[in-house]
Amino acid sequence: MLKFSEDHEWARLDAEICSVGISPHAVEQLGDIVFVELPEIGTIVDKGDEVAVIESVKAASDIYSPAAGQITEVNNALLDDLSSITPESAMENWLFKLKISDISDLDQLMDEDAYKASVG
Amino acid sequence: MENRRTPLYDFHIAHGARMVAFAGWDMPVQYPAGIKAEHLACRSGAALFDVSHMAQIEVNGDGADALLERLTPTDLEAIKDGRVRYSLFLNETGGVLDDLMIARFEGALHLVVNAGRAAHDISHLKAHLIGADTRIKVHDKRALLALQGPGAATVLGDLGLDLDGFVFMDIGRFMLAGVECVVTRSGYTGEDGFEISMAASAAETIATLLAARDDVFICGLGARDTLRMEAGLPLWGHELDETINPVMAGLRFVLSKRRREAGDFLGAKQILQDWDFGPKRTLVGLLPTGGRPVRDGTKLIMDGTPVGSVTSGGFAPSLDAPAAIGLVESQLAEPGTALIAATRGRETTVHVACLPFVPHRYVRGS
Repeated sequence: MLKFSEDHEWARLDAEICSVGISPHAVEQLGDIVFVELPEIGTIVDKGDEVAVIESVKAASDIYSPAAGQITEVNNALLDDLSSITPESAMENWLFKLKISDISDLDQLMDEDAYKASVG
Repeated sequence: MENRRTPLYDFHIAHGARMVAFAGWDMPVQYPAGIKAEHLACRSGAALFDVSHMAQIEVNGDGADALLERLTPTDLEAIKDGRVRYSLFLNETGGVLDDLMIARFEGALHLVVNAGRAAHDISHLKAHLIGADTRIKVHDKRALLALQGPGAATVLGDLGLDLDGFVFMDIGRFMLAGVECVVTRSGYTGEDGFEISMAASAAETIATLLAARDDVFICGLGARDTLRMEAGLPLWGHELDETINPVMAGLRFVLSKRRREAGDFLGAKQILQDWDFGPKRTLVGLLPTGGRPVRDGTKLIMDGTPVGSVTSGGFAPSLDAPAAIGLVESQLAEPGTALIAATRGRETTVHVACLPFVPHRYVRGS
């Protein structure tokens, strides 16, 4: 299952583990990314908590957790080469993985078609 | 209200620019290469910017010098024909209403002012007109291009301009691809460079000619901002405003000796006091630790007490690190001083640093 938030995050659910990244549209709008901060593994988060930060030359973007749960993995490899975060790779470049407490948290998110329609 | 468009709007779209609203204009913030690549191209080669949003104003007549001397601390007598000065419109308390360029050229004064302040500046000039024979003419049918970077002179030389003896802050008339242009050797990047004024109708021809060259990179306002920040050059609304005077802003050089001795410009009393005794607050460079940029408006704190704020903050591509400019209490302006930048519960340690971050490379006369 793949869902998108209004804040341009994507959430891909595989069993009870949810990978979270930012959309190609978001990467394109941010431009050159210069800083990424990821959460610590084990952190307990609520839906809507600010869990990561992405900063470009011009702008800062907070990344919110799409659901309540616990951080199980973070993609530290991204930090070694921020230029690898491009619109083309955005759907593969997950930022963190989350063990979800309540799958219904994702119900309020958009499906891919609705998201694509929302960004034009 | 619809945003205004420069004569190069279609050119920007054709080159894939991302357009944003800026000071009432639709302007390119970046092209597909992105801000970092555009920035670095300007530092290493030649970069083309559309700066037609800035207002070009001509002041002539017998009262022109007196008008500008009333509103700025510049020694107008010292500007010879063919020369340009950086200057400031000041208010009664010494604050800055806008910064501008003043050129004396072919007998008239030619000003270039910020887009966002143009309407204010024009009414300010008109309100202080002295004598009936001083005329203010806004050249809104002209475009302005900036060609900046160490390769800029070579590009213009290739196109037939004789730049021998034409140095930093000179102004002259040149033919470029059959188009009559008024060129100044100046800019807003810290690099050698030129600002080229021409009829709006010719702008696309000139821009296309320049952009088609392998050694010219087209750049948007995003790179213009990171370049000027690295060069420590102020932006009105950030490093300059009605509460910041030129001494605080590190712009003592704008206050000419004759005008200081006469003390006859707006705001002279407060400014000369700060000149003699030092300002309470001072603009400084700031280098954040930890890789995360600090942004405009972030409070600066020392030992739990607010001591200033960030006026411009972001990423400096030439340093490959975040950098910022801030206004701090003057006793903390010593390079190396550690301050805390606090935004939304996050704290970043920043160190005070000298400006500019990247040395200016102007081509000056001997």
